[in-house]
Amino acid sequence: MAPRWTNDLTWADVTPKAAFMNRRQMIAGATALGVTGGPARAGLNAVESRYSTDADPNSFADLTSYNNFYEFGTGKGDPAEYAGQLTTDPWAVKIDGMVERPGSYGLEDILKGVTLEERIYRLRCVEAWSAVVPWVGFELRRLLDRVGVQPSAKYVAFETLLRPEEMPGQKYPVLDWPYREGLRLDEAMHPLTILATGLYDEPMPNQNGAPIRLVVPWKYGFKSIKSIVRITLTDSQPPTAWNMANPREYGFYSNVNPEVDHPRWSQATERRIGGGLFSARIPTQMFNGYGDQVAALYSGMDLAKFF
Amino acid sequence: MNIARPVNDALRRVPPWAIYIVAPVPAIWYFWLGLTGGLGAEPIKALEHALGLFALKLLVAVLAITPLRRFAGINLVRFRRAVGVVAFFYVALHLSAWLFLDIRDPARIWADILKRPYITVGMAGFVLLLPLALTSNDWSVRRMGPGWRRLHRLTYPAVLLGGVHYLMLVKGWQMAPLVYLAAILALLGLRWRWRRRRAMA
Ligand code: HEM
Repeated sequence: MAPRWTNDLTWADVTPKAAFMNRRQMIAGATALGVTGGPARAGLNAVESRYSTDADPNSFADLTSYNNFYEFGTGKGDPAEYAGQLTTDPWAVKIDGMVERPGSYGLEDILKGVTLEERIYRLRCVEAWSAVVPWVGFELRRLLDRVGVQPSAKYVAFETLLRPEEMPGQKYPVLDWPYREGLRLDEAMHPLTILATGLYDEPMPNQNGAPIRLVVPWKYGFKSIKSIVRITLTDSQPPTAWNMANPREYGFYSNVNPEVDHPRWSQATERRIGGGLFSARIPTQMFNGYGDQVAALYSGMDLAKFF
Repeated sequence: MNIARPVNDALRRVPPWAIYIVAPVPAIWYFWLGLTGGLGAEPIKALEHALGLFALKLLVAVLAITPLRRFAGINLVRFRRAVGVVAFFYVALHLSAWLFLDIRDPARIWADILKRPYITVGMAGFVLLLPLALTSNDWSVRRMGPGWRRLHRLTYPAVLLGGVHYLMLVKGWQMAPLVYLAAILALLGLRWRWRRRRAMA
């Protein structure tokens, strides 16, 4: 059992630190200081997880400067430029629909008694680039268990904050705001599916979806909805933002699949960001390499039809 | 036309070949940025995009030269051929970034040209520009006579294909490609109106 992490600090006590270090430098630094065993890093003190990949994570600088977060603009640098103005404290998530204990849950409340884990996951964007990200978070099923999912619920719907004053991209009809996403209940309850509140053992940077976001590592990145304000349990498949915008290109499932191309580009390969001007593409893996854990969720389904 | 006069006077002192001297500067600058981390975490895409966007701007500029003389009296016609050749140079660099930095795999390249409509459309634009670049010299103008002008009307569909290519590749409804396409359609619409008027006169 991982040690349980509890404290009596509130979200407001967490001071973001500009951690322009990569993981290896941090570990090297910790080792140099003679810190061994236990949570080796400063910040959120997330514990290690057996679900982490041992691939090298991208640098903090890359992960916080190359983002798709259309609420702040469609350019990759727009989120880093404009997300600073987003107010993330106080923050509450409304949990409703087919749950035993619906209500508005403050972020501190959601995090109370939760063990934060570091999950180093591969991220595969639908645009055929990829990254390795050291998220900090906890399994979504912990929260769902806490609020009590009713037996009739089959899907989980998520919604991003709608606040055009602070999210300038929402002034343009690029998508039908607010951003919406959804999972089948079994996908939502899968141990790989997390709600992330941090990156590199620091509170989540705004441009990465602060203060709380979904991470579903075997699906294209856009399924991992950011800055969540609402979670709804339903018995029917919820509408999702990209699927509403273009159902031919973006399916509800959107599992990473090198054999099913996007109508406009191939999904067979991807390029890991941070590799410089001459970095080569690498093959994309089925379910982004998480097939052993998740393929069973889709047994018997035609993944070309349910893309 | 009081601003046109000094502008034209100043331009008369600029030789058209000066365009070829400054033309490679942005390309070298982008490439340098890409090598040194100035284009961010994904420099290949950034370079590809920067070159494509610069090419499109130059192609729109080529179409704007005649209306600029008609409506503002500013005469850039001497520079048009050089600007067109430079636009082609940037389309070729954009294509090269795609071939040699982005995709690299010959089988994939061919598959994408056939299977991905936005690549097909961009490629069609490049193919139309190719004979124009090859004949952009005094010798061809003399040899081809009136055929030269007719051939160079391929500029119109080529620029349109470039604008459509841009619109086809973005996700969701974005402003920039729509603005470019509107500008291209307006500039082509002017030609169409002038031709009709000439035909009726
Ligand atoms: C008339 C010729 C062309 C013009 C004017 C043109 C222009 C553009 C523009 C403006 C962009 C978007 C830049 C941005 O988003 O900032 C772009 C992207 C792109 N173009 Fe072209 N292009 C042309 C031909 C081609 C050709 C021949 C190819 C390859 C065969 C090509 C492949 C691409 C690719 C792969 C992208 C990036 C798509 C992505 O984001 O993944 N283009 N082009």
